Amino acid sequence: MSDFDLLMLAYEASGGDASLLVQEDVARLVVSGNEVIGANEIPGISMTAEPLADGVRVALQVAPGARIGQPVHLCFGVLPAEGVQRIVSDFHIGAGAEVSFTAHCTFPNAVHVQHLMESTIRVGEGATMRYHETHYHGEAGGTEVRPVAKVTVDSSGRYYSTFTLSQGRAGAVAFEYDVDVDSDGVAELDARIMGYGDDEITVRETIRLNGEGARGLAKSRIAVRERARSEVYGTTEGNAARTRGHIDCVEIVRDSAIANAVPVVRVTDPQAQVTHEAAIGTVDKKELETLLSRGLTEERAVDVIVRGMLGD
Amino acid sequence: MDSTNGGPLLQVQGLRIAREGHEILRGVDLEVEPASVHVVLGLNGSGKSTLAYSLMGAGGYTTLGGRIRFAGDDITEEPIDARARLGLTLAWQEPARFEGLTIERYLELGQATPDRERLLAALEAVDLEPGYLPRYVDEGLSGGERKRVELAAVYAMRPRLAILDEPDSGIDRFTLDDIAGLMRRMASEGTAVLLISHRDEVVQIADRASLICSGRIMQTGAPDVICDRYTHMCRPCEFPIIVEAEDSYE
Repeated sequence: MSDFDLLMLAYEASGGDASLLVQEDVARLVVSGNEVIGANEIPGISMTAEPLADGVRVALQVAPGARIGQPVHLCFGVLPAEGVQRIVSDFHIGAGAEVSFTAHCTFPNAVHVQHLMESTIRVGEGATMRYHETHYHGEAGGTEVRPVAKVTVDSSGRYYSTFTLSQGRAGAVAFEYDVDVDSDGVAELDARIMGYGDDEITVRETIRLNGEGARGLAKSRIAVRERARSEVYGTTEGNAARTRGHIDCVEIVRDSAIANAVPVVRVTDPQAQVTHEAAIGTVDKKELETLLSRGLTEERAVDVIVRGMLGD
Repeated sequence: MDSTNGGPLLQVQGLRIAREGHEILRGVDLEVEPASVHVVLGLNGSGKSTLAYSLMGAGGYTTLGGRIRFAGDDITEEPIDARARLGLTLAWQEPARFEGLTIERYLELGQATPDRERLLAALEAVDLEPGYLPRYVDEGLSGGERKRVELAAVYAMRPRLAILDEPDSGIDRFTLDDIAGLMRRMASEGTAVLLISHRDEVVQIADRASLICSGRIMQTGAPDVICDRYTHMCRPCEFPIIVEAEDSYE
């Protein structure tokens, strides 16, 4: 079986629809290790990909005003038990364009795999970019993932990002997104991660609302159990008039797991407003007892609550 | 005698319950017949919600004495989920907020086997359109809609006994007549309903009624008799039971 076929199997196991990765009218990029094994451009999207010693460098541009009807599919994976994959990416969404990305990162056999994402993202004036990233790391917990993104949202641009890791072990995850938003722009970051065993999860979400009327939401949902650790650092700055920001962090802790949340709110303009809420604790008693009163076992009830929170 | 051979479905004898060191139920005696509607009336602070939660087996309540028998089984020491699997459930006065759970999924969770027809019937029974099924329980529903979803979840489950804690409070356009219709419908399908309320109008729904005061059932009898006594003789307690409101349950 080819690497492409194996990756497609892993892609489907992580919830992806592999049939989309062979359609001619769907833009895609498929990378295994440091090799591009599938790519397709469609009108409005141009891509270049060059191999690095330990990964791939990708540049992707969406033409100004382009409306991309179907999500662009990105599939990154490492199939062997060990390896390093570094994805250096540069996304530029032209002014007024609209595009969605569906990214799947699969490391189904990982015993010691490093996956490093270094992204630079620019959302042009009035453009909209939605980026949904789902990870599957297998059950060994041997994955180290560092998604790092530097995002710039121009005036009236919109950037929505979701990062989901709720199947299999997390391993070591250090998620770090840093977003600057210009006037009337919007940035929403949403990270949902489950960890167990000895997993270590760190989420750093920073949104700077620099232009008048900019809005931001940094949302995180983390569930840890056994001996897992999680730390969430959410920072939102209101640096201009009429900016509105909110940090929303919920962490569910069970067994011997430990969770920390550090929301930081910084306002430098008297007309800015930034709020935060953080809740760490065990499963909500009322939710649990409601499900128990419907006949679910405690184990199943907790699973329903946690998976609901993680958007599973 | 029990419900398996014609007796009551629920038998509560001398139930004494404490919460946070306060004795709230002080010897409750109560019987509910199968496929009947039984209303427990009481003023605020009389122990109504504590009775509902302790019958369900919710945490935080300490049994000081007495027994609860359900369908012939002594369930006094059984946990909530075991009671639920025997066919007992509760529509909570203030429904929980579940993040990321659709109404469809929420209704399904109580079903022993998936039954979509029953889900649709449950929505119809509380006057909600099928379009509600994909909506999230925690997003964009009014308080009244959430309570109706809670009632629908109980209906969808087909329990043998449904305890409804103040289902008429906070309901929007779903009227008391609608609730009465739902109760009768459940009873006609074989579900006994134990309705907990402070509103005397609900008694007209019932086959039997009981009056609770200061943690004791003062009288059980025909609905009009209980309603008359409640309306004309009940006054707010001089010494209400402190730990009773659902807020303190949280």
